[in-house]
Amino acid sequence: MNPPAAVLDIRNLSCRVGDRWILNNISLRIDAGETVVLLGRSGCGKTTLLKCVNGLVQAAQGDIVFQGRSTSEWDPYRMRRFIGYVIQDFGLFPHWTVAANAGLVLKLENWEPPAIEARVHLMLDAVGLPPAEFAARYPRQLSGGQKQRVGIARALAADPPLLLLDEPFAALDPITRFELQQHFMELRSTFRKAALFVTHDVREALMLASRIVLLKDGAIDLIATPGTFLSGVTDESRAFLASLDSGTRRVDEPAPGD
Amino acid sequence: MSQRLATEIVSLSFEHLWLVLISIGVAAALAIPGGVLLTRRAGLRRGMLAFANVMQTVPSLALFGFLLPIPFIGGIGPHTAIIALCLYALLPILRNTVVGITGVDPIVREAAVAMGMTPNQILWQVELPLAVPLVLAGLRIATVTTIGTATIAAAIGAGGLGVFIFQGIASVDAAMILAGAIPAALMAIAADEGLEWIEKKLSRV
Repeated sequence: MNPPAAVLDIRNLSCRVGDRWILNNISLRIDAGETVVLLGRSGCGKTTLLKCVNGLVQAAQGDIVFQGRSTSEWDPYRMRRFIGYVIQDFGLFPHWTVAANAGLVLKLENWEPPAIEARVHLMLDAVGLPPAEFAARYPRQLSGGQKQRVGIARALAADPPLLLLDEPFAALDPITRFELQQHFMELRSTFRKAALFVTHDVREALMLASRIVLLKDGAIDLIATPGTFLSGVTDESRAFLASLDSGTRRVDEPAPGD
Repeated sequence: MSQRLATEIVSLSFEHLWLVLISIGVAAALAIPGGVLLTRRAGLRRGMLAFANVMQTVPSLALFGFLLPIPFIGGIGPHTAIIALCLYALLPILRNTVVGITGVDPIVREAAVAMGMTPNQILWQVELPLAVPLVLAGLRIATVTTIGTATIAAAIGAGGLGVFIFQGIASVDAAMILAGAIPAALMAIAADEGLEWIEKKLSRV
């Protein structure tokens, strides 16, 4: 029996900026419904890896296969519309309403306006922003958490099979962050997307990941489930946990599923 | 004030306004697309902005004088004045267009690219709308300064309110100078207020 085709298959990917190699021989497969968390310190190449996937950064070697087709064979504009993208600083268009922001990809894909409106209302409801109250607002009239909810609605609107999330909750206060993390898990079970999630927050990784990929100096140091990662049975995860400031490390907390 | 003077003030004001509108129109038609182009070609940007900068530093009376002997574009009459006024108006419009577009939040631009927008869609739907307040501010600065500078155009026979001012200077007649200066000042104030109002209207978002 053949295993189902992966949503995303990264094969021996290397990437460099100038003379410096940012990513080194990365291979990674992500299936539908799976959240793979890229964990690592600043500068380890996590964000670059995300940007290689949607073509914001060009890979030097290797291949990325999305939905069974190499990203080099995709029309880049078309491909990006099938990959949801959520970033730390939201990136909402300040001159567009919440509804227009959330419906951006649908508009690019030439949906009819009534269909866009219906879909946008559905998505705003799904991310916890009642359309009656929020659809006509502008981003400057929203809190950080609300902005990121719009960012998530925008990423999900066209029902893409893959989501890329680059520290989506890092700019939020702890309470809002926790709310959005909870909400993300609900959405994930509803929509069953494949997700590649970048963070440097171990707790977030443990909470959200199906698998944790520890990146170090542009290479994969370790791939582990949260349970294995937390138990510190591997030298790599032990080293990473030990390298953290004790203030942010809470290994005494139960792992998800315990 | 005699009936004749009043009529003359009105007709010279219209002539003045016409000089300014044509010059600003041509300058905007060159500088706004030019500014957009310069944001795409970083190499060209420095050279073009430097050229526009230099044009602004040339004293206006001297520039009118320089243009006079040049075949086709020079000579006595309004067209020479329009060329000179255009050259002056270029810089503020060009610079503000460049600043308006390059000043778009890089995060917004990154999101636009990542959502699958093409460069043209980003220009028309994101960059230009967000640059509108700055482009309009450039137009406002250009218009107000052009209204002032256009008074000098009378020196090369282009007409306008400068006619009164030069006549007044020649005949040491302060009232005559004011007959040119006051309408020009009022026109500049009206243009400033009007364009500022539009600018505010459009940048409320």
